Amino acid sequence: MASLGELERAVMDLLWAGHEAATANTLRDKLATTTEAKGDTAGHEGKELAVTTVLTVLSRLEKKGLVERERGTRPHRYQAVSSREDHTAELMHEVLGSAPDREAVLARFIGSVTDSEAETLRKLLGHI
Amino acid sequence: MFWTSYLLAVLAIVLAWPVPVFLSRASWPARSPFTAMLLWQAIALAGGLSMIGAMLVYGLEPIGDNLISGLRGLTAMVLFNAPTTALGFWHLFALSAAALLTAHLVFTLLLTYYRIERQRRRHRELLALLAAPSADATRTVVISHDSPVAYCLPGGARSVTVLSDGLMAALEPAELRAVLSHENAHLSQRHHLLLWAFAAWRQALPWLPTTRLAQEAVNSLIEMLADDVALKTESKATLIKAIAIVASGPAGGMAAGIGAGMAPGSMAATATPSAHPGLALAGLEAAGGAASGSARTTVSRVSRLLSPRPQLPAAARGMVLAGCALLLALPTALLIVPGLLG
Repeated sequence: MASLGELERAVMDLLWAGHEAATANTLRDKLATTTEAKGDTAGHEGKELAVTTVLTVLSRLEKKGLVERERGTRPHRYQAVSSREDHTAELMHEVLGSAPDREAVLARFIGSVTDSEAETLRKLLGHI
Repeated sequence: MFWTSYLLAVLAIVLAWPVPVFLSRASWPARSPFTAMLLWQAIALAGGLSMIGAMLVYGLEPIGDNLISGLRGLTAMVLFNAPTTALGFWHLFALSAAALLTAHLVFTLLLTYYRIERQRRRHRELLALLAAPSADATRTVVISHDSPVAYCLPGGARSVTVLSDGLMAALEPAELRAVLSHENAHLSQRHHLLLWAFAAWRQALPWLPTTRLAQEAVNSLIEMLADDVALKTESKATLIKAIAIVASGPAGGMAAGIGAGMAPGSMAATATPSAHPGLALAGLEAAGGAASGSARTTVSRVSRLLSPRPQLPAAARGMVLAGCALLLALPTALLIVPGLLG
């Protein structure tokens, strides 16, 4: 059985690729076919994936604020809160932005530089 | 006892203002960043200790000849309702201020830790879903983004270095190795602990401008330390080129940072080979003068690589280290020794 982390990733990939809400059952079937497509033992394990496991993964993702549930329907249908690109942009904003704690949260190879410095550094590149 | 509080107060003031200002203007830290880093830590620790100590000793003066008997007297007042008439208004004021400042420093440290950890956890969660493990290096992931970005996210066993597609496309393999070894140095030398402590120090005392100087100096020194590690395996030219490429990419300018595309190699085309290297360097330093903290860091890193100066002589480094030890020993001795002698 794949780890919960790997399953979270696989489920998010499906939701991001699908662009529409899906039930746990649909997701389970899709996960089974994608792992099957990879061949050998992974496919066998994929078939054993229980719907309850998918629901566990979905509720973890819901807690993290990454997927949301449509409350009105039964069975519940799940969809991604925002697109993969939006999440990437959110991450990069954290990295490149100037939030007060940013310098303590992560260490960037290069901090922000002004345009004129970037220009000077570009000139410098010509000499090396 | 009485003179102890004045000595501690003088020490606190000297460490809060003139000493950090002088150290932040000195040029030798770029020559021996590790030694300078120790000195900054000693200044911050001794500064905090003497600030609290001065108020504590002053407040306890009427009820004890030294810190230990004074604290015993204070405990009797707080816990066993001993008469408090010996303490005047200013003594009580100083004692309350000492208690508040101590609590404030400890809570800010913990709060900063909690806030940093929460942001890192969220960041790691998203990375786990968005980034793919790198084929080239362990504990390294690649995120699909056009800006040339490299950073490390500390977190013990879950520490991870993140590279962007844009960076991988813009750098040669050797330059990429230099970046990775720079980031790994941050992780293996536990620089995040220093960043946390000095971020909290600044957060706790924002009205003290030297806490900003300390944080900026520490940010800059850890970059130099990491550069030195990268220089052990890669050439100086490789590292400078990597810095220049990453800094001049769209990641450098925040406005263009998000989602902007970048053609790899375009920098080389726009560079003007006719300009003199010395001129370029002078322009760089001029630009750094008015720049923000992180920009100054980049500028001082590059000028340090371009015109390297020898490490401080062993004797000078020894003197700085002795100074660090003295800085920590002095307030401690002022607080404790009268009690031992008495």
